[in-house]
Amino acid sequence: MTIWSLLIREIMHRKLNFALAVLTVVVASGSLIGSVALLRIHDVRTDQILEQKEAELHQSTAQLNDETRKAMLKLGFNIVILPKDQNLSDWYADDYASKYMPEEYVHQLADSGIVTVRHFLPSLQQKIDWPEQKRKIILVGARGEVPNLHKNPVKPMVQPVPPGTISLGYELHRSLDMKVGDKVTLMDKEFTVHACHKERGNKDDITAWIYLAEAQDLLDKSGQINAILALECLCVGEEALPKIRKDIAAILPGTRVIERGSRALVRAETRIKVAEQGRMLIKKEKHDRQKLRSEREHLASILTPVVVTACAVWIAVLGLTNVRARREEIGILRAIGVGARHILVMFLSRHVLVGALGGAIGFAAGVWSAVHFSAAREEARIEISNMGLSLFGLLALSVVGAAALAVVAGWIPTMIATRQDPADVLREE
Amino acid sequence: MLEFKNVSKWFNGTQGKVTALNDVSFSVQPGELLAIRGPSGCGKTTLLLAAGGLLRPSEGRISLEGRDPYELTPEQRSKLRARMIGFVFQQFHLIPYLTVRQNILAASLALPGKKASAKADEMIHHFGLDDRINHVPSQLSTGERQRTALARAILNQPKVILADEPTGNLDEDNAQTVFGYLSQYVNDGGCALLVTHDDRAAAHATRTLQMRQAQLVDQSNI
Repeated sequence: MTIWSLLIREIMHRKLNFALAVLTVVVASGSLIGSVALLRIHDVRTDQILEQKEAELHQSTAQLNDETRKAMLKLGFNIVILPKDQNLSDWYADDYASKYMPEEYVHQLADSGIVTVRHFLPSLQQKIDWPEQKRKIILVGARGEVPNLHKNPVKPMVQPVPPGTISLGYELHRSLDMKVGDKVTLMDKEFTVHACHKERGNKDDITAWIYLAEAQDLLDKSGQINAILALECLCVGEEALPKIRKDIAAILPGTRVIERGSRALVRAETRIKVAEQGRMLIKKEKHDRQKLRSEREHLASILTPVVVTACAVWIAVLGLTNVRARREEIGILRAIGVGARHILVMFLSRHVLVGALGGAIGFAAGVWSAVHFSAAREEARIEISNMGLSLFGLLALSVVGAAALAVVAGWIPTMIATRQDPADVLREE
Repeated sequence: MLEFKNVSKWFNGTQGKVTALNDVSFSVQPGELLAIRGPSGCGKTTLLLAAGGLLRPSEGRISLEGRDPYELTPEQRSKLRARMIGFVFQQFHLIPYLTVRQNILAASLALPGKKASAKADEMIHHFGLDDRINHVPSQLSTGERQRTALARAILNQPKVILADEPTGNLDEDNAQTVFGYLSQYVNDGGCALLVTHDDRAAAHATRTLQMRQAQLVDQSNI
C-alpha cells in the first residue's frame, strides 16, 4: 500500500467530488486558454482579412494601372523637353519648337537613371510646305522610344516609323486618296505609306510622320531635334513638375521642361486616389479589427480573472468538503503512524491531479470552443494548425497553471487536513 | 514498557476547566494485558490517546520504552507510533473504500516494508478473514470489522496495543474472539492496555485498574 494507491482508490470512491473539482478546473483553464486562443484567432483572421484586402487593392490598382497605361497610349505624353532658349510664346503659337538641341540629349537622359520621367521620344517637328502636293503640313521626324536603362523595357507608347516609310494623318490620306503601301514623294524623296491614321480632330490630321534621321536630312538638321516627349512617372506624387525640372536640369542643363495638362494626368491622378482610398479602407479595417481586439481583450481581462477566482473558491469548497468527509480517515491514519507530511502529500497530490487533468481537458475545450466560436462569428474557420501558437507550450502552460491553481485553492483545506488533531476525531466515539 | 507518572490532563472548555485525567500513575510491562475499567466519561479514552502519543498531558510524564513521546517532534512521534503502537477502537475506524486486505495494509503506509504484503496475508488467515479479503467494510459484519481492525493494529508488530472498548459493539462470541486474540498477542510477548466498561475484560486481563472521575481508584492483580 502506498500513498498513491490510497489516493487513486479514494478518487474512485468519491468520484463526484473529484469530477466536480476537475470540471471546475476545466472551466477555469478553458476560459483562460479559450481567451488566449480567441485573441490569437482574431489576430490570424485580421492578418488574413488585411492580406486579402491588400491583394484585392493590388489587383485593382494593377488593373487601373493597365487601363491608365492603355489610356495613356492614346492620350500621349505630358512632359515636353525643349531647348533652353526656346521662346515659349512661339512654341505655344506654332506648337513646335523653333530652336534645336542635340539628339544625343535623349541618350543622356535615358542613361542617367532618372526615375521621375520615362518613355523618352525624341522628335523633330516643323511646319513645312509640301511642294509636291502644294499644301502646308506638319512634318514630324520620330524614332522609337529610348528606354530607361535601369528599367525593364516596356512596350513603347508610340510605335516607330520605319525608315523609308511615312505615316499620314487623316486629312492628308483622305484628301490625297492614299492608302497603306502607296508611294508618295515628299521634298524629292519617295516614301511608302506605312500607316493611315483615323480622324483625331486635331493637328495630327494634317501631320506626316517619317523616320527621324530622314526628317533631319530633309530639314537639314542632322543630329538635331527640337523636342523630347516624356511621361511623368506616377511615383513622383504631388508637386511633380518642380522635381522633374530639377532632375532634368541636372542632366540636361541646356533644356527647359513644360507640362502639358492632359486627360492622361487626370486618369493617373484618379488611379492614385483610388489606390489611396483602398489604402484608407485597409487602414480603417485594421483600426476596426484592432478596436474589436481591444474590446475582446478587455472583456477577457475582466471575465477570465472572475471565472478563475470563482473556480478557485469552488475548488477550495470542494477541498474542504473532501477533508470533512475524510476526517475519520485522517484521524485513523495519524493514529497508526502516518505523519502529517504524508497527509500533506496525499492531499496536495490530489489537487495536482485535479489541476493537471482539468488543465489538459480545459486546454482542449478552450481551443475547440475558440475555433468553433470564431468560426461562427468570423465567417471563416481558422484551423488549429494555422493559429501560430505553440500548442505544446500552451498545453504545458494550461496543465502546470491549472495544477498550480488547484494547489493554491486547495492549500487551506490541505492545511486543515494536516493540522487536524487525530485525538479530536478519536475522542468523538 | 509503558509508564504513566502523575499524568493529568484537563481541557479548557466554554464551561470552564474540565479534568479528564487527574494524577494518573501506572505501568504496563511486556506479557501484560492491563484492563482499565470505568464508566463512560471517566477519562478512559483520554488516557489511551495520551498513551498513544496523540494527546499531550497537561502535567506528568509518559514514557514508552523509557522515552517520552512528547519530547519528540510530531514526525518522530508518528514514526514511534507506527513502530511501537497498535490502536484498536470501538468504532473500528476502517477506511470505507479499502478492502479488508487494503485496510490491513494501510498500517504499512507509515512503516513501508517488503514483507508487509505477506504479513497482511498471514494476518488475514490468522483472523479468519480469507473469505472477506476483497470486501469493503460496509460488506462485513461487526465482528469481521473488528478482526480487520485488530489485524491492522498488529501488522507492524507493535510492542503495545492500545484498545478502546474493542468489544463495545460486539456480541458475546465475537467479543470472546477478540479477547482471545489479545490474550494470544500478550502471551507472545506483547503488552496491551485495554480501556473498557465491559465486565468480560476482567476475565482475560492479567491486571485490572478501576477508573472513576479521571482518577485510578482501585487496583487488583489477577
